[in-house]
Amino acid sequence: MNNQPIIQTADLRKIYGMGDIAVAALDGVSIRIDPGEFVSIMGPSGSGKSTLMNILGCLDRPTEGQYILAGEDVSNLNKEQLAAIRNRQLGFIFQSYNLLARTTALKNVMLPLLYDQNNHRTNEEREAMALAALTAVGLADRVNHQPSEMSGGQKQRVAIARALINKPALILADEPTGNLDTKSSYEIMDLLHELHDQGNTIVMVTHEPDIAEHTQRVICVRDGKVESDGRDGASKCAQPSAAEVSR
Amino acid sequence: MNFSEIMSVAWEGITANKVRSLLTMLGIIIGVAAVIVMIAISAGTEATIAEQINSLGANLIIVTAKRGLPGASRTLLYSDAEAIAEEVHSIAGVSAEQTTTTLIVKSSEAALEMTVTGTTADYPDVRDVPVGDGRYFTEQELDRSAKVAVLGYGIALDLFGEADPIGQTVTIGTTKFTVVGVMAEKGLVSGVDYDGFVYIPITVVFQKFVTSQMAGDRVRTIYVQSESQETMESAILQIESLLARRHDVELDNPDFTVQTQQDIIDTQEATTEAFRSLLAWVAGVSLIVGGIGIMNIMLVSVTERTREIGIRQSVGATPNDIRWQFLTEALMLSLVGGLIGVIVGVGGSWIFGASGDMRTVIVPTSILLAFGSAAAVGVFFGYFPANKAAQLDPIEALRHE
Repeated sequence: MNNQPIIQTADLRKIYGMGDIAVAALDGVSIRIDPGEFVSIMGPSGSGKSTLMNILGCLDRPTEGQYILAGEDVSNLNKEQLAAIRNRQLGFIFQSYNLLARTTALKNVMLPLLYDQNNHRTNEEREAMALAALTAVGLADRVNHQPSEMSGGQKQRVAIARALINKPALILADEPTGNLDTKSSYEIMDLLHELHDQGNTIVMVTHEPDIAEHTQRVICVRDGKVESDGRDGASKCAQPSAAEVSR
Repeated sequence: MNFSEIMSVAWEGITANKVRSLLTMLGIIIGVAAVIVMIAISAGTEATIAEQINSLGANLIIVTAKRGLPGASRTLLYSDAEAIAEEVHSIAGVSAEQTTTTLIVKSSEAALEMTVTGTTADYPDVRDVPVGDGRYFTEQELDRSAKVAVLGYGIALDLFGEADPIGQTVTIGTTKFTVVGVMAEKGLVSGVDYDGFVYIPITVVFQKFVTSQMAGDRVRTIYVQSESQETMESAILQIESLLARRHDVELDNPDFTVQTQQDIIDTQEATTEAFRSLLAWVAGVSLIVGGIGIMNIMLVSVTERTREIGIRQSVGATPNDIRWQFLTEALMLSLVGGLIGVIVGVGGSWIFGASGDMRTVIVPTSILLAFGSAAAVGVFFGYFPANKAAQLDPIEALRHE
């Protein structure tokens, strides 16, 4: 591991609308995340954490500011280039799993390999890689199951295997336990810890303080700004609203 | 993504909704099948026409009376034919034809009710209807109104069975004729049974079989054979001016019609041409309707699969990847439809041909044309939905329920 940060942002702004009705969803966010960190981003709805996540995930571009991902300035890339960055550098884990329906676990995990423009692997190589990734998340016996035949926890494991397949620089998890029961949630968190222990850099968005407590570092976002950034768990974050808790 | 991956994703997209995909392809199937059947029918018709050219006699000019029913010409006379033979240059032969009213033709074994055709001696050469057995009657027999007859192949069978008819006697009306020849088998040409004629010297028709309404030496048709294709035009002009002079009519308002094989072919082709352009319209409209069907279903598909598009984008699909995926799917829909259309079209052409009346010739290039049009329709109508999919914002697409 070198000392080059995985994420380095400078004064990120995202402004929606024009003129008088312009709203800044992000209003000057500067953060740095180093290799091997496991970071939570917390904040109430409307705080801008989703917008921040989208920009960090190269799904969206900042209106202003700079974003350097694994040493590459991605602030002004076009759609094609951003797609290539997502493919190579990023692995997504979503609250609603986002697996392709009517598609086996194996094929879902192989999906990022299909869009890899730099490596032209044979189908056998891709299948072997996907099988290895599924084995790593403990689903070796579910490779030919479709999402409809799996539990939520299993689906999320498939999604994690898919996120890992291209050996990304950064894993982005957006409320990864949001749709899961407590037991499955803890299993998924254990798996994320395992990945972290293996040296992966993970950024996780959550509004659940007990989930955020799992991470070394919690960044609190409010009104488009970083409110706090600390290593002492979620306790320093402002308590989420009642509406937020019941969601 | 490489070619086979794109193809397999598109194939999965199509087979996910088999009934819907099949219904979407229906327009293309009908359009492609229509193109192939249409071309097969018109090629069949053209082949039939080509055969008729060859069987009508080479470089043939056909003169008929403009008014009057067949066989009851008021204006065309045997002397007209003689005048053409004498005065018109660069012609190889002239023959006249007159048909009797219905008569009883009988042998010792059988009797038939039919018309009898009176002709001149060079009729077999001019009309290209060769004699099979024996001979045709001669100029001498024509001049002295000899009671000789030449039987069509089918008539000879009807009257004499397996026995040799040459030298036998047939009775036509009340007059006895000696059979001197049997025509070669020719069969049906454009609806006329060429084996069903009985030929006698035209002079005998004038002598024995004219009714009160057709007195004199009226003929039904005069056949003129031009020396070559090049002399046709000049022969026609000469015939027209000669007949106009003899009939004392204006050239631009004649009482006779001079036709060539080409005129007849043109008339027939004009009929098939109208039929062909009608079918071409049907085929073209069907392909366009099929294309709109594909566009419609692709737009539905893009909306239904917005989430899938978002997922693919999130793992690194570029706008181009997405565009190709949907374009390939549209193209595959139209090509599979085209393939089914080719099978239906070829099968339909074959059934049309086998069922009788309509002759069909399957033209290989028509299959390529139809297939190519289907592909073009797929690309044209598939591009808009594919582009719409490619332009989707990944965040919106992922949020789509």
